[in-house]
Amino acid sequence: MISDVLTWLNDPAHWRDRPYASFTGIPSEVLAHLKFSSIAVLIALAIAVPAGLAIGHTGRGTSVVSTVNAVRAIPTVGLLVLLALLISPHFYGRTDLGYVLPTEIVLVLIAIPPILANTYAGIDNVEPAVRDAARGMGMTGGQVLGKVELPNALPLMFSGLRSATLQVIATATIASYFPLDGLGRYIYDGYAQHDFPQMVSGGVLVALLAVIVDLVLATVQRFVVSPGVTRRFSKKTAASADAPTGALRTTGEVATG
Amino acid sequence: MTAVITAAPASANSSPWHFWGYFMDNRGEDLHFLWLHFYLSVLPVVVGLLISLPLGYVARRYKWTYPPIVSVTGLLYTIPSIALFVIVPPIFGLSSLDPKQVPIALTIYSVALLTRVVADGLASVSEETQLAATAMGYGRLRRLVGVELPIAAPVIAAGLRVAMVSNVSLVAVAGTIGMDNLGRLFDKGRQLSTPDPYYPPIVLGIVLCVALALVLDGAIVLGNRVITPWRRAVAR
Repeated sequence: MISDVLTWLNDPAHWRDRPYASFTGIPSEVLAHLKFSSIAVLIALAIAVPAGLAIGHTGRGTSVVSTVNAVRAIPTVGLLVLLALLISPHFYGRTDLGYVLPTEIVLVLIAIPPILANTYAGIDNVEPAVRDAARGMGMTGGQVLGKVELPNALPLMFSGLRSATLQVIATATIASYFPLDGLGRYIYDGYAQHDFPQMVSGGVLVALLAVIVDLVLATVQRFVVSPGVTRRFSKKTAASADAPTGALRTTGEVATG
Repeated sequence: MTAVITAAPASANSSPWHFWGYFMDNRGEDLHFLWLHFYLSVLPVVVGLLISLPLGYVARRYKWTYPPIVSVTGLLYTIPSIALFVIVPPIFGLSSLDPKQVPIALTIYSVALLTRVVADGLASVSEETQLAATAMGYGRLRRLVGVELPIAAPVIAAGLRVAMVSNVSLVAVAGTIGMDNLGRLFDKGRQLSTPDPYYPPIVLGIVLCVALALVLDGAIVLGNRVITPWRRAVAR
């Protein structure tokens, strides 16, 4: 079975598009998968980061965070099918928008909670002394947020972004349950055709994609987050400079998808 | 057209609010799905906890094992559920659509999540407490079972809640590749939706999944309260 999977993955015919055989190659499916996922993550970031910053900075509206968290109990497959049934009959002709739209809505909905919760927690976890010091130096509210709270919150915000991205990639796979492109195509086509090497290969490709994307984000995080916040600097510097005290609490993030 | 009629007897009403009527009409099958969903959600968490207790203990006791254990479990956790479902059978030598693949994959997730939680929970026991227990004559095993685990219980319970609630959602995903559980209701709803949308099974599936998640989550909260009575005493 494992050798069948390797054979399937190694077959050049599976790496190029063959429209006459209505087969989409692996590179195209990877691109489609990344397109779905990045659109959803970007929209979620645009909504959740400002909201999280505002809630964390003002300390008002924290109940929004716990309400949003409760969304996690809703099964994503069910939501996907429900929205697809509600929306797809309103689109006719040569468009897959009827399935793209519900998929993107669900992807954005599942990406918001981890980003929002971690942005809020990141700001909330900044030690009051650090915040007071910034105020005492004469910083305005906006400066405190931008120069002190945000840099200190970045590690947690990144872990929220990474967990959101993983959930989006996982759920974008399930979107292939509808006639939509993405690596899930191989899993569901393989299942429908009882072509198990194709099905398992799809699973392997999705897993690889998720791991690689997570590694890329981890690398970005390393460059974006200040070494002072992560205490990741040489021992020599640590001895001379007072370590900034951005108290960091890593939250156990959840993958539901 | 015949398929529509046979699969939805006496449930011609396709309104989303008709889900209760759909449940009553297909009670036997729906309860069967609910039971399987319950068992597929709970069993992996229980087995996962039994595996991660010793793993977490090792990660805590021998410090050098913590980084490798945490990175391997973290890597497992990045793999999307549907991918893990289909990868598990060839690795474990099962046939490609074996019902056992779902609990095995979910157990892997639970272990991935809980090992770290157990290690961090045990790390939260203060040095003084451990020294006091040792001074009272507690051996290593008795100290672990009688002192460290009860103190770590709230942290472990929080991890269990996350594992349990996400499991309920993940089990439904397996319904899309034909595994029997509440996820099959979504599949059925989709199949019954040609030419017109037929909502009841889908709404019923969502309602039952959310209810199951809430009940299991509540059960863990309650269990945690029962085994850590001293926390309530302090709170009062």
